[in-house]
Amino acid sequence: MNIEQILDTLLRHSPALIVAIPLLGAFLTPLISKINDKVRNVFVILTILATNFFIFLLASDVFAGNIHTYVFGAKNLSIPVVRILFEVDGLSAFMAIIAGILSLAAVIYSWSFMKENTGLNKFYTLMLLMTAGMLGMMLTGDMFNFFVFLEITSIASCALIAFWTNKGKAVEAGFKYIAISAIGALFVLFAIALLYAQYDALNIAVLANNIQYTFLDKIALVILIAALAMKAGIVPMHMWLPDAYGRAPASVTLLLVGATQASLYGVFRVCFTLYGSQLNSTLRNISGTTITLNSLLGTIIVILAIVTILIGVMMALKQIDFKRMIAYAAVAEIGYMFLAVGAGLTTLGTAVSMNALKGGIFHIINDALDVGLLFLVAGAIYYATKQTSLNNMGGLARNMKYTTVFFLIGLLAVAGMPPMNGFASKILIYESVYQVNPVLSIVAILCSILLLAVFIKVFHSAFLGPEQPDLKDVKEVPKSMLIAMGLISCIIIFFGLFPELVVNNIVQPAANALASNTSYISQVMGVI
Amino acid sequence: MIYNIPFIAVAALVLIGLYAVVFKRNLIKIVIGITLIESGVNLFLITLAYRQDSTAPIWHGITASSNNVPFMSLPVPHALTLTSIVIGVAVLALMLSLVIHIYRHYGTLNVNKLGGDEE
Repeated sequence: MNIEQILDTLLRHSPALIVAIPLLGAFLTPLISKINDKVRNVFVILTILATNFFIFLLASDVFAGNIHTYVFGAKNLSIPVVRILFEVDGLSAFMAIIAGILSLAAVIYSWSFMKENTGLNKFYTLMLLMTAGMLGMMLTGDMFNFFVFLEITSIASCALIAFWTNKGKAVEAGFKYIAISAIGALFVLFAIALLYAQYDALNIAVLANNIQYTFLDKIALVILIAALAMKAGIVPMHMWLPDAYGRAPASVTLLLVGATQASLYGVFRVCFTLYGSQLNSTLRNISGTTITLNSLLGTIIVILAIVTILIGVMMALKQIDFKRMIAYAAVAEIGYMFLAVGAGLTTLGTAVSMNALKGGIFHIINDALDVGLLFLVAGAIYYATKQTSLNNMGGLARNMKYTTVFFLIGLLAVAGMPPMNGFASKILIYESVYQVNPVLSIVAILCSILLLAVFIKVFHSAFLGPEQPDLKDVKEVPKSMLIAMGLISCIIIFFGLFPELVVNNIVQPAANALASNTSYISQVMGVI
Repeated sequence: MIYNIPFIAVAALVLIGLYAVVFKRNLIKIVIGITLIESGVNLFLITLAYRQDSTAPIWHGITASSNNVPFMSLPVPHALTLTSIVIGVAVLALMLSLVIHIYRHYGTLNVNKLGGDEE
């Protein structure tokens, strides 16, 4: 076999391998760690690197216009109900890239950050499991399989949030998270059962092809969106998020950002693909104006998004705990994605809608990187000073040069300042949302400015100012943490400098996948 | 009417579970509430699989060509339920272990008394 054939075979099997490699690696980790700790760390990083290789291999082909399907347990999909099917379109590949980058940064960061902890074998096992779960959620084409991966992700992430069991608050946050996710996941399963009862299928494409929008479908839609939005941390269901983000170890928080976005992906998949064929159906006709499903759904999402942005920013302003503050900023950032996608949904089919979708999707990856970088910086400060409260910090820029630079990059990116990536996506969001309703755009810009204010405050109180006597001997954090932060910073600046490149090559296929579900359906119906 | 009883039971289980999760202050009772919801959802799946007068979906003593193939209930929801039960056990174990940790830290299971200043 020559190299091209090998690559072709790998490409064909990569949807399965992307999930299988971290899953296998997870359960090999305890064995490998019998040798010694260094070998284990290298093994985990190699596992993630291999996963990333397959993600990029698959993504490069998907972005070229092919949708990949992978059927488990059979060569062909003869009985669509029974087989588990992975289906990768532009959106799935896009989300998988985010999960890949985040998990890579998280394991590199953990090398030094978690060094002094015990039980690291389990830590890395859970981390790989969580990565596998996230990727599975993003790649699967089967509703029940989606539920299973959702549970894998939430069990692994809950155990990781409560990893520092010596801290009562961390365990409490873990319990809150598992209670929320367990209830959310059970209701997702309930909705899946409702769909299965009517259409005798679990495959997303088959369901989307047959869906009638009956009364039961309406219930299922509401349950699915509510449960998944709860897991994505949309206000008013965001209470668990600041606790979980704030109490987990920093590298876990980075992965949690990815897990939240996997749920976000679930919301998009349900709205745009599962119910995609019914989006234009008329719900009601009030004196000449027809209300269609997409405008109603979009309006609800936009309202939720605006509330989310406002509450997130307001709460961030008054926090004194660094990580909780970033967590609330993360809530606000999720609001931006929902705002853009909701606005895109209300005007589905127009040019404005396409721009809004592009902005929203571009913002998903930007948010993951920006907020992730800030969490890593917060973790670095915690590592160096053992402080979480902003009141006890000050003058850190003297001793932690690189961390300060990374924080500045993250700050500018989150606040949407040029030349960072946050600007590139937010300007797209402002522009397109303005055409839907100017008020939305005004609120979005205002909250962006407030976000800048939030982080300028942090910058001033933590990095500038007089040297604190008890922080005199603070040292710069170890290399692995700097590498992880540097990796994300480089991507942030690259995306900020060449937004066109990213939008045209990566974001556009994902936006196309949202805008129309016909190719997603026909791919599977063709396989059958 | 008689065939609707399982669905009524499903609704009752889920609602009682939700009530426990939302209004009870004891962590163990919250966990019980979540398991009740889970039982409700599992019962729902099993009920969906049942067809009137059907037998369990097990082939025995029948060749593929024979005429009297028994009328069977659907096997797929059974498989889903099994998976869901296994996941439920894992979640339950994790929740209870967290409850143990919380009790060790705070000496109480009352939600209102958690979250003091001490770390």
